[in-house]
Amino acid sequence: MYWNEKYETMPREELKKLQLERLKQTVERTYHNVEHYRKAMQERGIEPSDIKTLDDLKKLPFTTKQDLRDNYPYGMFAVPMSEIVRIHSSSGTTGKPTVVGYTRNDLNTWAELMARALVCGGAGREDVIQNSYGYGLFTGGLGVHYGAERLGASVIPTSGGNTKRQIMIMKDYGTTVLTCTPSYALYMAEVMQEMGIDPKKDLKLKHGIFGAEPWSENMRREIETKLNISAVDIYGLSEIIGPGVAIECKEKRGLHIFEDHFIPEIIDPETGETLPMGEEGELVFTSLTKEALPMIRYRTRDITRLIEEPCSCGRTHIRMERVNGRSDDMLIIRGVNVFPSQVESVLLEIGETEPHYQLIVDRVGTLDTLEIQVEVSDALFSDEVRRLEQLEDKIKKEIETTLGISAKITLVEPKTIQRSEGKAKRVIDRRKF
Amino acid sequence: MKIKQISVFLENKSGRLAAVTKLLAAGNINIRALSIADTSDFGILRLIVNQPDKAYRVLKDAGFTVTMTEVIGVAMSDEPGGLAGVLEILEERGVNIEYLYAFVGSACDDALVMFRVENIDDAIEVLKAEGVKVLTGEEVYSL
Ligand SMILES: [Zn+2]
Repeated sequence: MYWNEKYETMPREELKKLQLERLKQTVERTYHNVEHYRKAMQERGIEPSDIKTLDDLKKLPFTTKQDLRDNYPYGMFAVPMSEIVRIHSSSGTTGKPTVVGYTRNDLNTWAELMARALVCGGAGREDVIQNSYGYGLFTGGLGVHYGAERLGASVIPTSGGNTKRQIMIMKDYGTTVLTCTPSYALYMAEVMQEMGIDPKKDLKLKHGIFGAEPWSENMRREIETKLNISAVDIYGLSEIIGPGVAIECKEKRGLHIFEDHFIPEIIDPETGETLPMGEEGELVFTSLTKEALPMIRYRTRDITRLIEEPCSCGRTHIRMERVNGRSDDMLIIRGVNVFPSQVESVLLEIGETEPHYQLIVDRVGTLDTLEIQVEVSDALFSDEVRRLEQLEDKIKKEIETTLGISAKITLVEPKTIQRSEGKAKRVIDRRKF
Repeated sequence: MKIKQISVFLENKSGRLAAVTKLLAAGNINIRALSIADTSDFGILRLIVNQPDKAYRVLKDAGFTVTMTEVIGVAMSDEPGGLAGVLEILEERGVNIEYLYAFVGSACDDALVMFRVENIDDAIEVLKAEGVKVLTGEEVYSL
């Protein structure tokens, strides 16, 4: 089953021709409409007319999250604000969040891609899709929502949270497809057990489409068994469009990247060299049809491999392996992107001049936990317990505001956080995916 | 009239107090009084020693978070109501006590209590005006 057979099964030669044509247009448009791209290309001595083959993509400069921050909020937009009909934004890292915009055509493309993704993941128009991704600034909720509507399925916009009610809805409304983060799916399974609900007997659930955080084959098996469904992995990031960049088909062996809209590359994160097909490295995307926020060689920081071999599902689009890590220090905790540097900035604000801290991430049951250990320096120390407890409290509140998730704060003695070559190890991730 | 007190940040795990006392012993420093205030995660060890400056340096050099604060040492008659009398005076005069702890053993007949207060100079004046015996640093360190 395909949503858009013509494009999803397009012969590769034809697909490449389409990509080249769209790449040329994208480069042309960004060069003329976005100062950042024009400058970056000029610095490399490149003009749009230099892009003659798909291989010429290599000549173009990379784009990073920092570029988006430097041009905060709208500096990277390629259209006037009057053309923008939607704005999403990601949680801020050390300071500014990443802002992304969509024209009417972009929303149209996004809904098309999400509809494709849902069909690829097993859903159809007769399905009742319960969308438990968060609705709001995060692209997950609305992205899946409009895709489900485009598909013609019945979408229940539950958003995240209020798990017991979600389960009641799932049971009473006859939900057949669940979309959320994999860890939330596992949590739901746990709550169902507590409520005495047996997915086999009490629910009509058949498919789960899970993403927005890393997970593993083990987690897939656990979710599939506990919820009695078939579960697939979906990939996307707001800078590229949101969810619907790539998704697994029923083969569950790699995620098809919608290549008529995005060109993937794998590079060496250290040197920036493009790596040969099949090698593991950092995933880089160039958008081919986006109007509001075109992306040239955007570095995702996600580590994966591309799979060129044809897939038995009939889709001709290349596959990427499940994301296998990050080339920076970003963590995904309870679906939220967390950078250790955010913790550092909080401690600096509180008056610590050279903070030593460590993030300890663990998974208790199905929920991620975050503990932040902070070495107590002279600047922070007080002779009174009450003051130290106030300090803990203050750090906790600031962390919650900055990161968007809660953390346990533990004050520790100086030099207790492991250092290697003088540098403290900032993260201990004990989760097993 | 002010007594130097050493406060050390300790994690609430075994061996940390021993590590401090060992360091002080190696430095030939005598502990005159101590108290620990703790929570489930951490504690604050407060020490009165015979050589406060040296103790501060020794602990600091060993990597501990240390601070030096000033407290008042008060001698009171070692009989029921001794402490109550002193507390009454301080309360009446609006002196805010952060914490207090008793001295471990002493050579004289009096009971000794260390007071940490918000405004140390005012507190000393109040106590002296009321005829309470306030010890000097020298008296305490050499006990
Ligand atoms: Zn396939």
